Parts: sequence; structure tokens; C-alpha cells
Amino acid sequence: MNNNEIPFWQDPKNRSIVFQVLAFVIVIFTSWYLFSNTQANLQRQNIATGFEFFTQEAGFEIGESVVEYDSSSTYFGALKVGFLNTFKIAVVGNFFAILIGIFIGILGLSRNWMVRTLSKTYVETFRNIPLLLQLFFWYAIFTEILPGLRQAMMPIKGFFICNRGLFLTVMADHPIWSWVIAAFFLGIALTFFANHFGLKRQAKSGQEFPIIIWGIGLLFLFPVLIWLLGGAPTKLSVPELQGFNFSGGYNLSPEFFSLLLGLVLYTGAFNAEIVRAGIMSVRKGQWEAAESLGLSRFKSLRLVIFPQALRVIIPPFTSQLLNLTKNSSLAVAIAYPDFVNIANTTLNQTGQAVEVVGLIMAVYLTFSLLTSFFMNWFNRKMALVDR
Amino acid sequence: MYKWTKNPESRSLPAGEAMAKWMKKNLFPTPAQSMLSIILFSLILKMLTPFLDWFVYDAVWLGSADDCRQASGACVAFIREKFTFILFGFYPREYLWRPIAAIGLFICMLWYSKEPSRWSKRLVRRWVVYVFLWILLMRGGMFGFELVPSNKWGGLPLTLMLSFVGIVFSYPFGILLALGRRSKMPVIKAFCVGYIELIRGVPLISLLFMSSVMFPLFLPEGVVIDKLLRAQAAIILFVAAYMAEVVRGGLAAIPKGQYEAGEALGLSFFQIMRLIILPQALKIVIPPTVNTAIGMFKDTSLVLIIALFDLLNTTKTALKDGNWLGFSVEGYLFVALIYFIFCFSMGKYSRRLEYELTTSRSH
Amino acid sequence: MKKLSILLLFTLFSGQALAGKTFKNIMKRQKVRCGVTQGLPGFSAPDSKGNWKGIDVDVCKAVAAAVFGDPKKVEYISLSSQQRFTAIQSGEVDILSRVTTHTLRRDSEMGLNFAPVTYYDGQAFMVRKKDKIKSALNLNGATICVQQGTTTELGLADYFRANKMKFKTVTFENNDEVVQAFVKGRCDAFTTDASGLASERTKFKNPNAYMILPEIISKEPLAPAVGHGDDQWFDVVKWTVFAMLAAEEYGLSSRNVDKFMSSKDPKISRLLGKTKGNGKALGLNEKWAYNVIKQVGNYSEIFERNVGKDTALKLERGPNALWTKGGLMYAPPLR
Repeated sequence: MNNNEIPFWQDPKNRSIVFQVLAFVIVIFTSWYLFSNTQANLQRQNIATGFEFFTQEAGFEIGESVVEYDSSSTYFGALKVGFLNTFKIAVVGNFFAILIGIFIGILGLSRNWMVRTLSKTYVETFRNIPLLLQLFFWYAIFTEILPGLRQAMMPIKGFFICNRGLFLTVMADHPIWSWVIAAFFLGIALTFFANHFGLKRQAKSGQEFPIIIWGIGLLFLFPVLIWLLGGAPTKLSVPELQGFNFSGGYNLSPEFFSLLLGLVLYTGAFNAEIVRAGIMSVRKGQWEAAESLGLSRFKSLRLVIFPQALRVIIPPFTSQLLNLTKNSSLAVAIAYPDFVNIANTTLNQTGQAVEVVGLIMAVYLTFSLLTSFFMNWFNRKMALVDR
Repeated sequence: MYKWTKNPESRSLPAGEAMAKWMKKNLFPTPAQSMLSIILFSLILKMLTPFLDWFVYDAVWLGSADDCRQASGACVAFIREKFTFILFGFYPREYLWRPIAAIGLFICMLWYSKEPSRWSKRLVRRWVVYVFLWILLMRGGMFGFELVPSNKWGGLPLTLMLSFVGIVFSYPFGILLALGRRSKMPVIKAFCVGYIELIRGVPLISLLFMSSVMFPLFLPEGVVIDKLLRAQAAIILFVAAYMAEVVRGGLAAIPKGQYEAGEALGLSFFQIMRLIILPQALKIVIPPTVNTAIGMFKDTSLVLIIALFDLLNTTKTALKDGNWLGFSVEGYLFVALIYFIFCFSMGKYSRRLEYELTTSRSH
Repeated sequence: MKKLSILLLFTLFSGQALAGKTFKNIMKRQKVRCGVTQGLPGFSAPDSKGNWKGIDVDVCKAVAAAVFGDPKKVEYISLSSQQRFTAIQSGEVDILSRVTTHTLRRDSEMGLNFAPVTYYDGQAFMVRKKDKIKSALNLNGATICVQQGTTTELGLADYFRANKMKFKTVTFENNDEVVQAFVKGRCDAFTTDASGLASERTKFKNPNAYMILPEIISKEPLAPAVGHGDDQWFDVVKWTVFAMLAAEEYGLSSRNVDKFMSSKDPKISRLLGKTKGNGKALGLNEKWAYNVIKQVGNYSEIFERNVGKDTALKLERGPNALWTKGGLMYAPPLR
């Protein structure tokens, strides 16, 4: 044997190929083993497999739903309700968690010791206690501490709070309201755009753009205009005690509200810390530069510091966004009918564990991937906008 | 990332004149800030009084459930009554000293291992000995210790065990995954990336469901693995994906020259990793590792959903006692405090380590 | 060291690995794995010493007595309602004796074989007395607490749909949670099997503040179940239950069974194994039924001991009386 020749096993290339083939075989074999066991277990006992149950009648009721549903709907319909409920809590929850995060995070940098300490206390308390425990706590406050339906508290006229949840006075049903809401969201998008445009113009010409006035105009005037066009309906729907429940108004169930409160306060604590750390990561010189330009503290924060901090903030924010969405699956413990909860019921009624657990994973994975894509896009956008 | 940087002024209250100076700077720098301070102070005071009334003045420390219901304050008597159950679940009362000793030793071990200067092979050996002690104490069945089967374990020992075993196993697994993710071998890399992203994309609850209702179907007929072990495996698989990402961050921070230097010395891949790269990379990521550990400690509470009696579930069970209904707030605040103490001290420790490690590196 | 600890963990927790059919596995392991609830007094619940008690538990004991001649050879595995079906499908438990209603779907596509009914039940409602609800038909618009994934959840929806009434559900996975929510006032009514309501009410601090509405809105025949695929094991479970019914019918009980050993009645002689054949047919010891009756008792004993008049549940026999006394309990000939 020639001494200069590398033996087969010492050649990194060969070794890498052997290693990979080995890993591949092991993974395939393990999956095959588990799969065949499952197959054998199910076949031996003639257990139904597949997703045929989707089209069967579900037969159970769901506590709250954003779309039409009753017990004669299919399992697919039921799972859709669960999916939308998860979507609802994820959107509303993340919205408030980000607001709280930014607000408390900025307070954490206040010059005032008292404000700083309060912010820090909030963050340390809420992120060091398991979320599930916090959810139970809020739910217990509702079911145990708050009075019953007939003794409902009324802190403001038309607003009731009791162990059946919050009952709010809302505008009575009218088709124009959905357009007004759409206009409001359009207003948000336009404000965002206007801000972007305004900052660009300011950078070019030095002319300051009155974004606050514009924002108020876009956010409020626009919807009001639509409302006027729709005949300006003013009829209110006031919750009234009737039989077993309040009728009219809008009901936030204790389940939804506890879940929302728990998720927002928990995730908000993490978000606050991210915002605080993000702002601190901007060099002190930037503050001084902004100050020397004569900008107020708030203005330097908004125009100089925050845009720079955002680049540090967005990646960890993305994982918090996802965390809140994934954590919303804890709803099952406090009876909010989210996707996991409905899937769980489906599992119980059909007995098809493999399909249902697989479905749960697939749905959350899709949520995660979509959010990641969106946030990556947003992050790239932010990085490009302010160089 | 989650670091409260030290603010020298806020560290301690200096006495006398210094204190006045401090207050001027931190509480009353401008008229607006002074107003804010005063308003906040009175608000806190206003909230504190009813809390003190509830927790101290009107609280029932000794007495029965009915005494509690008549009083307007907290029912500490409930905690006293259920203390043992909340902390130790269904563990046989006559052997209660065993879990107490196990936990006491655990805390001592943690305290002892806290100094980085003590981190050595000897420490690892001590921990191995400790693990055997723990099994002997908790499970028994040897050396004259009565056998206590795992379905009787509950409360704090179970929570600590799930977390500790979770860390010990998910850490090496996470390192392997991180190395795999950075590997040049496409098949290995694809598997690792797929695994990490899949696990990080789904909630822990779905893995626990899998371990609880789906996993038995994966096994041949008649093979049964204990529920607790299955849940533990789910936690390990879950946390490993997060650990992998933490470790990957550390690996990415090691300059390429280090690898090349290793290669130049004629070391094999595993030698380079073991002797050069990992010791540095893992040191960098100690703080985020501790943060992941804190997250996992909190996440063990989810085993409640698959009916294991961890600390949170024993509390819930205690709250269901028909004679002591209606003291959820007291019960939850009590366990919240236990969780808080553990998480907060771990977090503080992580921040201290981070501080020490960054300073020692800059020397 | 890691390998060692893995090995250690496995020896700590894992059961025996066996392949083959259910009955063979049971014989090899010398233990029946019995899936029970997480605590429902009267049916399956651990007492203060941690011993399992209840009708469902006694059924498992009877099966163990029939197979091994020893009712203690049972391992109880408490299952949530979510875990119960996979537990039987995967062979984690040999018998599911867990207040499970016999339905067509469960019998077919969910892979279960139901043994004879051990308790004929029906779904009912519990309400607070102070709400002054007299009938289930007054519940229009009410909020109702129910356990998710149960037949009662479906029965509830059916009943309200049939009567064109509206309601709101609050569903929990765990029965205890459902009860808690009802007691704390989250719901106006709580629904489950009538026996379950009686059982839960015994745990209340002031049971008299609550009442069970008269309507029984569904049929809930509760029966033990085994998995598909082992007919011999199915037969053993089925005929163990029948033997307990037959014993009551013939007047045999755990106290007097020894006296009957010399009985000339061919029916009794066959049941107790003096006339051989039954045991062999099932693949059991000829004294299998004697062991069941001697060590666990006849059906009446089990009923009275766990849910009868002298217990906290105070349930009447009702439909669970023998067919000779106007009930539904009936055993085919044991020959």
C-alpha cells in the first residue's frame, strides 16, 4: 500500500457520504418502523383512518364563533370556527402586546426613577410566572371573584362586568359599520404611507411633515365620512338582562378575556424588554446629535432613535409574535374554543388521534411560516427604508 | 438580550445629602417629572393599602374554611392546610422527608455549582452521584427504602425533575442539532433544519398531545411506556430545538480562523469541535441557555393538560376540595411566588454570569 | 454515562415489551391493565388510601378473578376522556372500564368491542335551586357546562336542537373543571349522566342547594370495552359480566357461593364449573365463575356496594334491576 494514498475511511469525502447515507437510512428506518406499527395497530382493529370525518356532522355546539355555526355543521365547519377563533386571539393579542411592549419598554428608559422601577417590576413579575398559571389566575378572578349575572357591576352606564364576562354597548347592526371599519384600516395604511412619504420629503427638503394632523385626519375623518354617507345610523345596542343572559350589546366571554389578558400581559413583558434593549442599543451619540439639532426628547425618539432601534427590535419581536400565537393554544385549559380545543373535541368524538394531532401541528406550522415570511419581508423593508 | 443594564444611580439609596441629590436627579428633575412622581407615589400608596388590608390585617392565618369565608381578607389558612399537598402531591405522608431531602440537596447542589470556578469534571461526577441519590430518595425500592411508584410523585419534585432531566438531555441533543445545521453535508443539514423549524413552529401542547394520545399507537402492540417518561421525552424534543438555535448563535460567533487553526494542527472534526470550538461557543451562550432553561421550567406546567401532577396541577387539585372552595387567588398567588423565586433567581444568575463573562473576555 | 442513564430511565419507567395478542399478553404479564377515570366516586375513584373503588373497578377485578383467580392482579391506569380511546387502540390498556357509552361509531370505526352494559344511564341536568328551574324545557338561552368529547356533549346539542331552544356551552376537557365552573356560577346548568350528577353532588359542600331536573334526555348505556382483534379476550370480558348477572339471578353471592357448590341444579353446577366445559370454551380455569362470585360478588353486591342506597350516591336499581324484576339486566344461558 502506498503511504501517500489516503485510506478509504480517512478520506473526508468518503466519510461524509457514508455518514449521510447512514443518517438517511436511520431516519427512514425509524419513520418506517413507527409508521408500520401505527398501521398495524389501526388495521388490526379496523379503525377508521383518513380525513373522511371532515364532511360528517359534528353534532356539538361551540361556545363562541365569528362565523355561522351550529351542531348540524360538519367537523370541517367546527375546525374552521376553531381556526378563526385562534386567528382572532392571535391578531387582537399581538396588537395589544406590541402596544404594551412599546409603551412599557419606553417607560423603562424614563429619567424618572419611579416610572423606571414600575416598568421593571411589571416586566420581572409577568415574565417569571408560567403563562398557564396566569391564565388560571385571570379565569379564577372572573369565575370566583366577580359577581353573578344578576348582580352584575356597572362601572359605566351600558357597560356590565360579571362572571359571564364583559357586556358592552355597541352600535346596533347596520351594513355601513363594516365599511366604516374597513375605512379605519385603510386610514391606518394611508397614515403609514403618509408618514413614510413625509419623512422622505423631510429628508430631502427639510420641510417638516405634520404627520399627527394628517394621521388624525386619515384615521378619523375618513371613517366619519363613510358613516355620514351611509345615513349616519346612531341606534345603539344596549345589553339588557333577559332570562338567563344579557341580550343585545357585545359580549366578551370570560374565557376570551382571560386568555387575552394573560397573553397580552405575558408577551407584553417580553416585548417591553426587547424594545428597551433595542433602544439602548442605539449609540448615545445619536441622542446627543438629535438634541443638538434642537429636537425634543419625544421627537428624537420617534425620528432618530426608534427607526434605528427597530432593526434590532424586529427579529426578536417576530419570535414573540409567534410565541403568542403558539401560546394561545393554552386556551384549551380555560375553555376558550380555539383550534386546539375544537380539534381536541374532534379527537374525542372520532377517536382519530393521528390525523387530529397531525392537523394541529400542520395548522400552527402554517401560522408560523406565514408570520415568519411576513416579518422577514417587513424587516427587509425597514432595513431598506432608513439607510 | 434581556439584560437590565446596571444603572449606577438606581443601585442603592445613598444617605443624607447624597440621597437628596439622588432624589433631585431621579424623581424631581423638572416640574412635570415631579408632578408625575407625586401622582405615581400616591397611586401606589392607594393600591398598597387595600392589598395590605387583604393580605395582612383582614387575613385569616389560622382557622377553618368558614372563618375564611366570613373574613374579607386572604385565606392563608388554606395554604397552611394544603401546603404539603401542593408541594408534594400524593407522595406517601410517612416518607415525606425523602422528597424534602431530595429538594434540599438539589438546592444545595445548585448553590454549590453556581461559581464558574467550580465547573469541572469533578462537579459533573458529583451531579451523577446526586442523581442516584435523588432516584434512591424519590423512588426507593433499594437499600431498605420503600418503593414509591412514579404515579405517586407530584408537586415540586416532579416539576424540578421534569426541568432538570429536560435540560440535561436536551442540551447535548441541541448541540448535535446545531452542529448538524452548520454541517456541510446536505442530508444531515436538511434533517436538522427540518427538525428545528418543525418543532419551533408548533406549540409544546401539540407535542404533549402527541406523547399522550398518539405515541402509544407508534409502538408495537403491548409495549407500554410510562406517561411521565413520554411527557419528559416530549419536553426534551421540544427544548432541544430551541437549545440548538441558542448554540448555533454561539458557533456563528467563533471566527473562522479557529477552525482553520484546528485543521492546521491536524485535528479531526470532532477534536476541533470538542477541544477548540465548543468550549468557546458554549461559554458565549451561557446566558441565553439559562434563559431557555427558565422558559422550560415555566413550560413544565403544561403537563397539567395531559393530567400529570406537577406543581400547578397539585395546586388546582387542592383548589377543588369541596370544603375549601373559593380560594383560588390565594392558591395561585402562592405557587406563582414559588415559580417566581426560581425563575427570578435563575434570571439574575444569568445576568450576573453574562456580566462576568463579558468582562473577563474583554481583559 | 449518558447511555447508562438512558438505560436507567428505561428500567425505571418502562413496562414489559411483549408482542402478540391481548389475551396471551395478559397471561404472560399476569396482570390485567384496566383503564379507569381520573376519579368519579361510585364508578372509579381512589379512596383515601389510594385503593381504587367503584363499579367499573369491580368489573376489572372480576375479570382478573376469572382469568387468574385473583382480583388483585389488576393495574389501574387513569385516563382522561381524550386519552381513553387511543389507550385501548394502542393496547396501552387491555380493558376500558371507564363510564363509556356504547355507540355505533365507537363499536365500529373507533375499534372498540363493547361487553354487556354494566350500568344503564341517561343524561340529565343539574341546576341551582334558587334559579327556580323546574324542567329542562325551561333552559332556553341558558349557559350550560359540559365535558368535551363525550356523548353528553352531543346529546345536549341534540336535545336543544330537537326542542328548538338556544343555549351556550362552556366545555372543559376534565370533568372536575366542568363541575367547578358550574359551582362557581359560570353556568346555569351542568349536564352529564344522571349517575354522574348524583356522584358529583356528593362532593358538594351543600348538596341541597342544587337539584337534578326530572328529564332524562338520552340513553347512556355504560359498558366496558376491549379493542378489536382478540375475540377470546372479548369473550372472557363479556361472559365475566354475564356470570355476575347470572349469579344474582340464581341467588348466588360471595357469602353463600360455597354452599351452592353441592347444588344439584344443573345451571348452577355449570356456572360454578362442577359440570366442566364452560371454562375450557373460554380458555380459562373451570372455576372462573366461582372465583368471580366468591372474590368480587354478584352484580347486585357490586351495585349496592358502590352506588346503592347505603352509599353517598343513593341510586335506585331502576333499569339496572334484573329482567325478572322489571329491569334490563339479562344474561344469556351460560352453556
